Amino acid sequence: MAMKNTQMREALRQALMEEMERDDRVFIMGEEVGKWQGTHRVTRGFYEQFGERRVKDSPISEMAIAGAAIGAAMNGLRPVAEMMTINFAFLALDMLINHAAKIRFMFDGQFKVPLVIRAASGWGDQATASHSQTPEVMFAHFPGLYVGMPSNPLDAYGMMKASIRDENPVLFTESIGLYSMVGQIPEHDTDYLVPIGKSDVKREGDHVTLVGYARGVTWALAAAEALAKDGIRAEVIDLRWLRPLDLEPVFESFKKTNRAVIVEEALPMFNVGAEIASQLQEKLFDYMDAPIKRVSALDVPLAYNKHLELAALPNAQQVIDAVKEIL
Amino acid sequence: MALRKEDLLKMYHELVLIRHFEEVAGELYAKKEIGGVYLHLANGQEAVVVGAINALRKSDHVITAYRDHGHAIVRGVHPNAVMAELFGKATGTSGGKGGSMHLASAEHNFWGGYAIVGGHLPIAAGIALADKYRGDENVTLCYIGDGASNNGYFHEALNLSAVWKLPVIWMIENNLYGMGTSVEESSGNPILHERAKAYNLHDMARVDGQDTVGMYNCISDAAEHARKNGPVMIEAMTYRYRGHGVSDRLYASRSEEMKLFQDRDPITVMAEYIRAKDYKNIDEEFEKIHAQVKVQVEESVAFARQSPEPALENIYTNIYV
Repeated sequence: MAMKNTQMREALRQALMEEMERDDRVFIMGEEVGKWQGTHRVTRGFYEQFGERRVKDSPISEMAIAGAAIGAAMNGLRPVAEMMTINFAFLALDMLINHAAKIRFMFDGQFKVPLVIRAASGWGDQATASHSQTPEVMFAHFPGLYVGMPSNPLDAYGMMKASIRDENPVLFTESIGLYSMVGQIPEHDTDYLVPIGKSDVKREGDHVTLVGYARGVTWALAAAEALAKDGIRAEVIDLRWLRPLDLEPVFESFKKTNRAVIVEEALPMFNVGAEIASQLQEKLFDYMDAPIKRVSALDVPLAYNKHLELAALPNAQQVIDAVKEIL
Repeated sequence: MALRKEDLLKMYHELVLIRHFEEVAGELYAKKEIGGVYLHLANGQEAVVVGAINALRKSDHVITAYRDHGHAIVRGVHPNAVMAELFGKATGTSGGKGGSMHLASAEHNFWGGYAIVGGHLPIAAGIALADKYRGDENVTLCYIGDGASNNGYFHEALNLSAVWKLPVIWMIENNLYGMGTSVEESSGNPILHERAKAYNLHDMARVDGQDTVGMYNCISDAAEHARKNGPVMIEAMTYRYRGHGVSDRLYASRSEEMKLFQDRDPITVMAEYIRAKDYKNIDEEFEKIHAQVKVQVEESVAFARQSPEPALENIYTNIYV
C-alpha cells in the first residue's frame, strides 16, 4: 500500500472526503464547516467540492445540530455533524444521551441512528477552563453510543471511515493536541478501516503494561522509549475506543507484565483508569504484583496561566515516575 | 379535497376510538394493570390528532411528544399493539421497551413519542432535512405541546427549519397548561404562534383545535405550503380533560373553562357537522361506530392481557444495530 506522511487533521480530512465521494448519503453539518473551511481546517475545501447540499453551515445551535443529525440519520442519511469542540457538545447532552443513544432501544429496533458527531477535544494552549476538557468518559458511560478518540493519523483515518460506515451513533473526538501530529496514512485506500471496538498494541514489552488513548498513548510511547534506555520493556496499548471498550489485549499483557499504568488526559475521578484498574483486580487479581497506577490530569479546572496549566496536565515524565514506583 | 361521507365517518370513528381507548387505559392504570409512573391521556384533544393526521399522505411523517396514544392509532397502528405496549408486552409497538411515552411505528412513518420536552423538535427537522436532501416531497408534522414552546429546542429547531427551509409543519397543540402551569404564567407572549415571526416561518395563526374538519383543512393547506416553501407554524387551541398524567390532579378552579371546551367537545362538533350533511340514517351509523369501538378496545385489552412478557434476554437486544 502506497503511504504518505501527513498531519492528523489531513488524515481526517481525507477520510471524510473519500467517504463523501463514496456515498451520497454522507453529508457534513455544523458550525463553520463550510465557507469558513472548518475551525480546525478538517473540512477545508469541502464546500467548494460538494456544495451546500452536502456541506451545511449551521447556526450556533448545538441541540439542533445534534437533533437534526439524529432525525436525518433515522430517515436514511449518514450525517457527520461537527460540534467544533466537545465543550459545546455539553449543550447537546440530552440529544446525544437521551436520544441518539436510546432511540434504537426505546423503539425496539425500529430505527437506526447511523451518525457521527465530531468534536475537537482536550486540554492545552491556554484555552481556559470551559474550553479545556477531555470528557469522553462521560459519553462512554452510556450504552447505545460508540466513543472513539484516535492517537495518530493512521488510526484517525481508519477510525473515521469505520465510524461513518457503522450503523450506530458514534461520538468521534479529535485531540486538539494531536491535529498537527505527522504520521503515515495510505495515499488513497477507500476501504482502510480500523474496526470499532478494537484496541491495539502500539509497542511490545514484558515488564509493564501502559494503557492509554489519544494523547495518553503519545505520553506512554514517549515514556516507553525513555524507559527502554534503562532496560525496562514497556508494552503500550492504545484503546482507541472507550465504547466498545476492548480490554482483551490489556488482560493478555497484564498476565505477562503483572503491572499496569493507565495514562489519560482526562480528569482523575471516575475515569478510564478507574474502570480498567477495577477490572484488572477483579479478573486478574492473582497476576497483580503491584498497585495499578493512574496518570491523569489533576482534579482541578484548568487555569489560563501557562505554568498553572502545565502543572495540571499529565506528561511522559509522570508515566516514567509511575512505572518506576511499581517496578 | 372535499371530504366524502366515508372520510367523515372514518374520522368520527377515530375520534370515538381514541377517546374510548384512553378512557379504558385510564381505568386499567387505576387498577394497576397498566404499570409505570406515566400515562398521559389526551381526552379532549382528539380533533387535533384526527383532523391533522388524516390530511397527510402515507409517505409524510408524524412525530410527537409523550401524549402519543391517539397519534399512533390514527396513523394506522393497530390498537392491539398500542394497548400491548401500555401493558409492556412483547407484542407492543416497541416490544415492551418503550411504554406509553415511546410508541412508534416505522412502517407507518410514525416516528415516535418522545419524553424529554421539546426533544423531538430538532429530530423532526432532521427527518425533514433527509427528505429535502433526497428530493422527496414529504412533509413532517411535528406536534408541540404548549409547554415545549419555552425551552431551547423550540428556538433552535424552528430557527434551523427556517434557515434550511425544511418541509415541517410545526403544530403547537395548545391545551392551555404545561403540566399545571398555564401558558400565561409561563410565556412572555402567550399567543404562541406569533413566535413564527421571530423565525420567519409561515404563520397560519390560531385554529380551532376542537374542530376535526377545520384541522383537516388547515393541515391540508399547511402541508401544501410546507412541501413547496418550507416550514409552517400553527397553534391549535384545545383542552385536556384530565390531568397532565392520569394520576395528576386538576385544579377545581378550572371547571368553568373546562365546561367551555366540553361544550365544544371534538366528538360532538364532528357529529353535528356530519348531521348537518343530511346523510340518510346517520344515527344508525354512529351507533354502529360506537359498538365497533367498544369491541375494538375490548379486543385490544384482551390481546394485551394474553400477550407474553418480553423475554428477559431482550434486555440486551437492539441497543446497537
